[in-house]
Amino acid sequence: MNMTKKLLVAIALGTSLVLSGTAAMAAGKQKKAEDISFSFEGVFGHFDRAQLQRGFLVYKQVCSACHSLNQMSYRNLSQPGGPELSAEEVKAVAAEYTVMDGPDSEGEMFERPALPADKFASPFPNREAAMAANGGAYPADLSLITKKREGFHYPWYVSPFIKLVKGNGGPEYVRAVLMGYQDPPAEAAQDAPEGRYYNPYFVAGPWISMAPPLSEDIVEYADGTKASVEQMATDVSAFLTWAGEPKMEQRKSMGFQVVLYLVILSILLFLTKKRVWGREPH
Amino acid sequence: MSGHSTYNPTNPVMKWVDDRLPLPRLMYDSFVSYPVPRNLNYWYTFGGILMIMMVSQIITGIVLVMHYTPHVDMAFDSVEHIRRDVNFGNIIQKWHQVGASFFFIAVYIHIARGMYYGSYKAPREILWMLGVAIFLIMMATGFMGYVLPWGQMSYWGAKVITNLFSAVPFFGEAIVTWLWGGFSVDNATLQRFFSLHYLLPFVLVGVVILHVWALHVTGQNNPAGVEVKSGQDTVAFTPFATVKDAFALCVFFIIFAIFVFFLPDYLGHSINYEEANPLVTPEHIVPEWYYLPFYAILRAVPDKLLGVVAMFASILIWFILPWLDTSKVRSATYRPIFKQLFWLLMIDFFILGVVGANPPEGWWITVGQIATVYYFAHFLILLPLVGLLETPKPLPSSISDAVLAKNAGKQPAAQPAE
Repeated sequence: MNMTKKLLVAIALGTSLVLSGTAAMAAGKQKKAEDISFSFEGVFGHFDRAQLQRGFLVYKQVCSACHSLNQMSYRNLSQPGGPELSAEEVKAVAAEYTVMDGPDSEGEMFERPALPADKFASPFPNREAAMAANGGAYPADLSLITKKREGFHYPWYVSPFIKLVKGNGGPEYVRAVLMGYQDPPAEAAQDAPEGRYYNPYFVAGPWISMAPPLSEDIVEYADGTKASVEQMATDVSAFLTWAGEPKMEQRKSMGFQVVLYLVILSILLFLTKKRVWGREPH
Repeated sequence: MSGHSTYNPTNPVMKWVDDRLPLPRLMYDSFVSYPVPRNLNYWYTFGGILMIMMVSQIITGIVLVMHYTPHVDMAFDSVEHIRRDVNFGNIIQKWHQVGASFFFIAVYIHIARGMYYGSYKAPREILWMLGVAIFLIMMATGFMGYVLPWGQMSYWGAKVITNLFSAVPFFGEAIVTWLWGGFSVDNATLQRFFSLHYLLPFVLVGVVILHVWALHVTGQNNPAGVEVKSGQDTVAFTPFATVKDAFALCVFFIIFAIFVFFLPDYLGHSINYEEANPLVTPEHIVPEWYYLPFYAILRAVPDKLLGVVAMFASILIWFILPWLDTSKVRSATYRPIFKQLFWLLMIDFFILGVVGANPPEGWWITVGQIATVYYFAHFLILLPLVGLLETPKPLPSSISDAVLAKNAGKQPAAQPAE
């Protein structure tokens, strides 16, 4: 039917263009992040356990000096679909930190070693303390950094289609910022703000308060992988993507079952419908 | 079509109940023996799809409320708690959030189908107007629901939309303060939005019941746009409509599930994963996609008050659509000029959506203004005029004639338009 075809085209265009026109929004002066093919991308994507473990090491030894990971608990590190540390390893990691607990029976607050059930310890007691220690800039909580930041920006008329396939580029954004420190171009260098660094990939850039956090071999990987800046940036981006949605793998595998079930049910319903309507002109 | 009941219970328990409370009879007459035109196409399955989407939103919503905390200090973290710690919480939360989008996709198709086949014309005016009321309640509910996760776009969207009421002369500021429950969007605002977001869906259910009741009194319109004249024109709701609706629903749910499970964030805003911060304004504040055409109309008018009036008028105008359309012929199939105007309106609405998604600067403003003027011209000028000037194609004498003619691949038997 003519109307059917036209409406289908309209819907296809509509759903992907207007409906997500939001994707076209945020384009600013921010430089587009390099597109990386991460193992967790796509319908079949899974996290690479070894990469998540390396990424956690980078977070723990570098990022966590300033950046909190408030939504995460130590126990998450051993749950399926993540770095999958053993229960003993998680206990050991947690025990490295102290958390405030109490009040005890005397009414006093006390410090104790963290347990797997505790949330990740924050580097600073509150936002003000974090800003005071960082020249007035607040080191963002990294729990959802790859969800809330976008690395890819395209013109409004193609953006919804590309992002349907590639996503918003959140992991790529983190990686690009970590690798994106460079000498400012001559015209920008003159009015360089004090204590800030040139990084055209930064969302509120091009000047960023964070000093370049990574340098070669700043961490030592247990699996012998060479700790280049690119390797560490990629690994920690993968780890933070997992931290943004620890149940991603369960979501995708359940999705397969649901869609498969619906497809089979649809076929059966279609055949039933044909059978039922067979002798009725319509 | 609320004719004589044909329910004749054979089961003694059903008969016992039916003699005391005719609920089995109501169900039987409404969902089994209810006659539907035999020529309904798949565009007519969206009513059933919407019914299921409404139930799906209510069920997922009730589960979410068991774990959500409506407080400015805890709302954002409690949604993360749902996504991370609650069993299947990441699926339920996305099912609800993406479900809102698919609820609107279905409702827009349902409304467009009503406009194309002239389903708003006598005797279905009240049925149509109840539908417009349902759409308005959906808009309000969706808006308040989007505020609850208390992300950046939640907060700033709430601020921008509630601020619209400050355009009201004399009482504007007082109204906004009353809506907020204070002098800014704050905890009081979040809590009342939560309360209303829980209440309105049940109001929606009430109006939907009236909508279905009105439908069952007048019977369904159909692609031919001619009334049912005999039993030849109809088939029984069960099994014919039931199985067709079920198939369409299942296909709709495949697409829905693909978004829930594989593209859960595609229809949302990334920045809403950042907790609300009254001190930092996002670069572009945009509503959810389903409000974008109306948002474009709001911004097309340079004056704030008139912009608000235009935005509300763009939906309220649907209430008088049955009287703006002067043609006696319902279906666009037999109205060659109206059919083209319908598609122009669809394109116009689509353009308004794109304009609404983009910042109001440069030529977007001009495009938005032209599209807004055309939108109103369609309803206020073109529709009344075309009904008077257009010569409709000959209508089929009955639904079964139309079906037979279609199946035979020839023109329906000629009959002058009414």
